Amino acid sequence: MFENLSHLALQQYWWIIISLLGAILVFLLFVQGGQTLIYSLGKTDMERRLLVNSLGRKWEFTFTTLVTFGGAFFASFPLFYSTSFGGAYWVWMLILFAFIIQAISYEYRSKPDNFLGAKTYEVFLFINGALGTILLGTAVATFFTGSEFSLNEMNFSKWEGAARGLELALNFHNLSLGFAVFFLARVLGILYFMNNVEEEKIFERAKKQLLFNAIAFVVFFLTFVIWLLFIDGFAYNPDTKEVFYESHKYLHNFLQMPLVLILFLIGVILVLFGIGKSIFKTTSNGIWFAGLGTILTVFALFLVAGFNNTAFYPSTFDLQSSLTIENASSSKYTLTAMSYVSLMVPFVIAYIWYAWKSINNKKINADEMGEDIHVY
Amino acid sequence: MIEHLDSALVDWSRAQFALTAMYHWLFVPLTLGITFIIAFMETLYVKTGDPEWKKATKFWMTLFGINFAIGVATGIILEFEFGTNWSNYSWFVGDIFGAPLAIEGIMAFFMESTFIAVMFFGWNKVSKKFHLLSTWLVAIGSNLSALWILVANGWMQFPTGMHFNPETARNEMLNFWDVFLSPVAINKFLHTITSAYVLSAVFVIGVSAWFLLKGREQLLAKRSIIIAGIFGILSSLFLVYTGDGSAYEVAQKQPMKLAAMEGLYEGSEGAGLIVVGMPTPGKEYDDDKDDYVFKFEIPKLLSFLGYGSVDAFVPGVKDLIEGGYEYTDEDGNLQTAISTQEKIEMGKLAIAALSSYKKAKEAGNAEEETVNLKIFRENFKYFGYGFLNDPKSVIPNVPLTFYSFHIMVGLGFYFIALFAAVLILIYRGQLTEKRWLLKLSILTIPLAYIASMSGWIVAEVGRQPWTIQDLLPTVAAVSQIDASAVQITFWLFLAIFTALLIAELKIMIKQIKIGPKEGGH
Ligand code: HDD
Ligand code: HEM
Ligand code: HEM
Repeated sequence: MFENLSHLALQQYWWIIISLLGAILVFLLFVQGGQTLIYSLGKTDMERRLLVNSLGRKWEFTFTTLVTFGGAFFASFPLFYSTSFGGAYWVWMLILFAFIIQAISYEYRSKPDNFLGAKTYEVFLFINGALGTILLGTAVATFFTGSEFSLNEMNFSKWEGAARGLELALNFHNLSLGFAVFFLARVLGILYFMNNVEEEKIFERAKKQLLFNAIAFVVFFLTFVIWLLFIDGFAYNPDTKEVFYESHKYLHNFLQMPLVLILFLIGVILVLFGIGKSIFKTTSNGIWFAGLGTILTVFALFLVAGFNNTAFYPSTFDLQSSLTIENASSSKYTLTAMSYVSLMVPFVIAYIWYAWKSINNKKINADEMGEDIHVY
Repeated sequence: MIEHLDSALVDWSRAQFALTAMYHWLFVPLTLGITFIIAFMETLYVKTGDPEWKKATKFWMTLFGINFAIGVATGIILEFEFGTNWSNYSWFVGDIFGAPLAIEGIMAFFMESTFIAVMFFGWNKVSKKFHLLSTWLVAIGSNLSALWILVANGWMQFPTGMHFNPETARNEMLNFWDVFLSPVAINKFLHTITSAYVLSAVFVIGVSAWFLLKGREQLLAKRSIIIAGIFGILSSLFLVYTGDGSAYEVAQKQPMKLAAMEGLYEGSEGAGLIVVGMPTPGKEYDDDKDDYVFKFEIPKLLSFLGYGSVDAFVPGVKDLIEGGYEYTDEDGNLQTAISTQEKIEMGKLAIAALSSYKKAKEAGNAEEETVNLKIFRENFKYFGYGFLNDPKSVIPNVPLTFYSFHIMVGLGFYFIALFAAVLILIYRGQLTEKRWLLKLSILTIPLAYIASMSGWIVAEVGRQPWTIQDLLPTVAAVSQIDASAVQITFWLFLAIFTALLIAELKIMIKQIKIGPKEGGH
């Protein structure tokens, strides 16, 4: 069935998958956000233990989604993979470091004889939560702000900035998205704890933390979005493939793709609703609204970056080197083959859902920490 | 085309990749094998209801969890290193190479991580049957992740199922099944996972032997030894078989690697297989020192194993560089081999033609276009040689490849003997008395790691200088970054991974000393 699609249709299909994976990843960053709150929400050893164990049952999903996001990007848009990773070297390396130290921290934190001491592993979790989210947000912001690179006739890339990507983290707009992601992750982390941990005191403290983090998120997010609507964007001519600046490009994208605009607005409203409900009422289900809202919002932003003849990885150094979903993608054959593989995704989601439900049927509490199971 | 070839950059990038890959491989094999051993034990628990089996299951599961976490930590870096450090490579073959990596994420990693959660946290929450199923799915999932990455690696050793598209300047996939079912990939997968089973069996036997020496956990230790011993001996027989298959594929597809594995400079008909030997230090391919200081060989076996006939000609390093010997190609025709120098010239022609083709196309000169495309196609087979200048640069590190290969093979036969001895003695009820054998079993654990690591050294060092055999040498594959940046990250990785390794070892040893908890906790 995928054979009959045009190359362009397959490219669009894969951009949608990448966008969806990116969106789910941002939602799952609640684990990272939660990791930055262990000390502000947990005052006793047992409380911290509850928080760590509550996150510890989910961290693998975030991690695996990140890995799959990378793999899927490689398979579908290899030119992005080679240009961005090889170019913005330091940013990606720092992100990877942040994730390496996360992966062992849960398992090793509370084991006897763990060499570095429990504190170190908790610091690792904090670094991962802060650095990982801010830098990921920064890297994604370059979809709109561009980077300085050029491609040669072999499509081998060359990066111009000597800081190898670190210069991106000094750009105000990139940072505003980075911090928006950071505070969003904390908000989601708080909502997740309110939903998952059965402990009065933690619930109260979480609720208190929520307002401040939500305000910070809204400020950074609006800063980024409002700016986005007014800037010149990177458009390309669908016939000649020539890339050029178009004023208000991203605003146009929203208006010319009303469905995306609607998704975006619903997403934002859901996030705000989930937060508001949790602040003003005693409820523990805010995470579901805010989570779904996050997915829709991020999904819409990715579509705005790549659809409607927009260059999703622009080069400010050499406009014509910019990457579009058309010139950066895999061959038609590979995209077709991978599309068949993508049919497994609903099945994967179904079993993850089933497995989660079967081990998560009740909240985590202090009694459980003493039981005959694996605890961190 | 490649602006400047900075050899420090290439060396540091290779060192970094080797470092991170080897760290990853320190933890992967135990995951691949011990999950099956755990699944067998839990199956027995569910069948018999005997809590002792549950206790054993949980004990090995704790050790598995410690190993698994660091396996994941070291894996993520490898995935992204293709982009960060080998970006030209990522574009040149991303159309083919990216697919298995993505499938691995979608199919295998999610399966593993989902059911690991059930395995660790589900004991009191899901039914016994569902828990058992989850344990099996973890084992299958982890082996599936090995499958896809090894398909990718196999394709780099023997690129197939693709063609070069001059428009996009990259290789594109033509047939997924050719890539997936390539004989190199199949052998690699089977050999690698069975090597992992052997390593895990050695690990379980070694740890159990320690309990027996201490007079602790007798029942658990003996049961574990039986399971691991049977699993180990079956796997190691299969390992020899697949190792032979791998060597056959190497002979067909990477003759230079085979020559290096055997330290063979001068080719010969009816070549023997070296059992023990020592390649002459400092030997160059064109001096007239002997190939070996000493050697003990089985006559004619190499010709037989590599080419299926006792009198077949096996080319040595010198023959491969100078050409001129006869061989039968894939279509069964007799051919005379060309020299490496000629291949380099053909490669340069291909690269130049590609460039002219692109220029002609831009200028709209159709005639030039066809001419150059034709030259390009005729010479593409040796495209990668065009990035080289010195014929000698196609020789890998011979002593390293030679010793690694012989260490791996030697240990492979030793493990069979060990498994057999342990099984026979435990059957006769005499194992606990043979304290020397128990001690030997403990000492064998590091040997299993050495064998496994040696295997990868054979595979990866033996194929130098190629990232993609004959198509892309490492110098052309590397990202254009400052060598100093790679250097810094190299030391950072070394420091972090080493710290984590120490933590892992300490925690692991501590957990072994604590031993299984009563009530199966
Ligand atoms: C416990 C570890 C272990 C043991 C005992 C053996 N191997 Fe092995 N071998 C590996 C672990 C390994 C490995 C780490 O899994 C490698 C590296 C790459 C690969 O595909 O498997 C490998 C590679 C490898 C290669 C290179 C394949 C290639 O370059 O593509 C050959 C020819 C052999 N092996 C042959 C053998 C033979 C004839 C053995 C006889 C007993 C043997 N190995 C035992
Ligand atoms: C350079 C090649 C490789 C890359 C890019 C790579 C990538 C990765 C990544 C990203 C992970 C973490 C996955 C997670 O989120 O859980 C991982 C784990 C794993 N990888 Fe690799 N890997 C490579 C080589 C191998 C090889 C050669 C094997 C086996 C033959 C293997 C088997 C595994 C297994 C079983 C795991 C599960 C965790 C563990 O190690 O205990 N990988 N790998
Ligand atoms: C996990 C076990 C592995 C080990 C121990 C290992 C070891 C090595 C070593 C030692 C080198 C450097 C060789 C040299 O420069 O002399 C190397 C290079 C490399 N290997 Fe492997 N390797 C492993 C798995 C893989 C896998 C599974 C892949 C591919 C999927 C792979 C792809 C590469 C690449 C791209 C390079 C860099 C380019 C090159 O030097 O050829 N390796 N590896």
